[in-house]
Amino acid sequence: MSTKTYDKQNPAFYALLVALVVMAVGPIVMMLTTSLKLNVDIMSDSSSLLFMPTIRNYETALCDFLWYEAPHIDYCDKTFGRALVNSLIIALVSTVITLVIGCMAAYALVRFRFMGRDTVSLSTLAMRMVPPAVLLVPVFGIWTFQFQIDGTRAGIILVYVAMNLPFVIWILQSFIVQVPIQLEEAARMDGAGPFKGFFLVVLPLIKPGLAAAAIFTFRVAWNEFLLANALADRNSRTVPVTIVNSITEFDIDWGVIMATGMLLAIPPIIFTFVASRQIITGMTAGAVKG
Amino acid sequence: MQIANANRLTPYLFLAPAALVMAVALLYPIGYMIYASFLDWNPSQRIGEAEFVGLRNYIGLLNDDAFRESFFVTIKFAAVVVSLEMVLGVGLALLLDRNIRGMSVLRTLFILPMMIAPIVVGLMWRYMYHPSVGIFNRTLKSLGFEPIPWLSDGSWAFASVVIADVWQWTPFIFILSLAALQSLPQSAMEAARIDGATGWQQIVYIKLPLMMPVLIVTLLLRLIDAFKVLEVILVLTNGGPGLSTEILSLRISRTASEFRELGEAAAMSNYLLILLVILTFAMFAYNKAVEARTARLRKAAQEES
Repeated sequence: MSTKTYDKQNPAFYALLVALVVMAVGPIVMMLTTSLKLNVDIMSDSSSLLFMPTIRNYETALCDFLWYEAPHIDYCDKTFGRALVNSLIIALVSTVITLVIGCMAAYALVRFRFMGRDTVSLSTLAMRMVPPAVLLVPVFGIWTFQFQIDGTRAGIILVYVAMNLPFVIWILQSFIVQVPIQLEEAARMDGAGPFKGFFLVVLPLIKPGLAAAAIFTFRVAWNEFLLANALADRNSRTVPVTIVNSITEFDIDWGVIMATGMLLAIPPIIFTFVASRQIITGMTAGAVKG
Repeated sequence: MQIANANRLTPYLFLAPAALVMAVALLYPIGYMIYASFLDWNPSQRIGEAEFVGLRNYIGLLNDDAFRESFFVTIKFAAVVVSLEMVLGVGLALLLDRNIRGMSVLRTLFILPMMIAPIVVGLMWRYMYHPSVGIFNRTLKSLGFEPIPWLSDGSWAFASVVIADVWQWTPFIFILSLAALQSLPQSAMEAARIDGATGWQQIVYIKLPLMMPVLIVTLLLRLIDAFKVLEVILVLTNGGPGLSTEILSLRISRTASEFRELGEAAAMSNYLLILLVILTFAMFAYNKAVEARTARLRKAAQEES
């Protein structure tokens, strides 16, 4: 990269770039600054940039994890802390399960020539078409009356795994196709069975694909609201559900709610900065490669 | 013998978990939904106790003004949002497709809005649209203008929802079209440059036609997603004021949870699904037709020469 030369552009072009960046990031920065303000500062008419940052809102939201006594909290509302734990468990477990079984399925589809790539991408597209709202009624009915797993984390995890599988299978397929089959044949010569060949030879080679798939799955499970809202009970609520519950109230405590929103936004933001290339690969693989 | 057996079974073993999960938690629910749409069913009943009412839910919906209104709002929302985003996204990609320092940082910043939870996006915009503390009205007031009723007036609320969605999803189209632009054959561009095509001519006659296949897929993906938008609108306006922003997904979830009419909600879901299927197939058919036509033209050109 360092040897690459860059073209010189005129200043107006850079001004446009700056404007675009401000537009893209501005609302997020505003959420961050609001979450660091006291309500007095949020409501005051004075300039919104000069204020004393405080972490009080975060203390209020995360009060059950505090190891010290915060003087401004009279009553600790544990809803959010519990939801955060639920969200973490649900997102992580469903990501792991989706990756493991999605990976195996993708491998079988590629190596054993079950269906063509066209069939799989067509069915992925078909599954992508189904809005979560469409799944709402049947999933609620089945989970409540037949499986009786409503209100449990396992129930929510099951929906998320199913929702993410088509996309994961499809994206991993495009990576597995690129693994030369000779490598596996060599492993077989050396006495490795199909399972061993898969786990020790193929998996390490498709790490970038796994990363992309993992981020997308985690993101869906972490951000999803509608189905979690229908399935969760008091003890298995996820963060998006608690956020929506607290804004339907008449009086919104903007400082605290922005702090919870920020906490919900932090993992995806971290992923974006760490693995933007994988994310872009995952996004473009669909359209550009076909 | 045993090894041969194991080998033959392997693909099935590898596929089984995925197939099982998808059958249980995706295909079965969809079938269930189709069945439920013929029932008069409320959430306190088991499905077996619900009364079979045939097509009553479907016909009832067609005569329901509120449903027709929200069907129309959904289509209007998707059309407005997708065309704005396509124009802006492709335009920005054409503009920024240059060899500049920091392009990767730029792309990283642009995907942030898409990665953040829709609930949080709704939250941020709701704060910015706030009548008294929101930044928009504050700026307007300090400049001496009248504050705008962003979320409390029907047509402004629709515009506000559109703006938030454009903010969140334009980067998606931007990134896909940029990827398409950068994978175009350099030779075509060079030939055009040597023939003296202006920048504008290059875009209209070379870049856009070559990007077309990618653009169509992008359009399709975005269109499908536009019909799925729900959380942002739920947080911003919850469908109101009136029915001005009540898109179909939102109406389905409200019919199920507030009005407790599961059968009707299922019938509504079916309408939405049918609409999406038609759109997707239309797009595919169009794509195939265009491909066939270019293939025919190319063949004709070859035969002539």
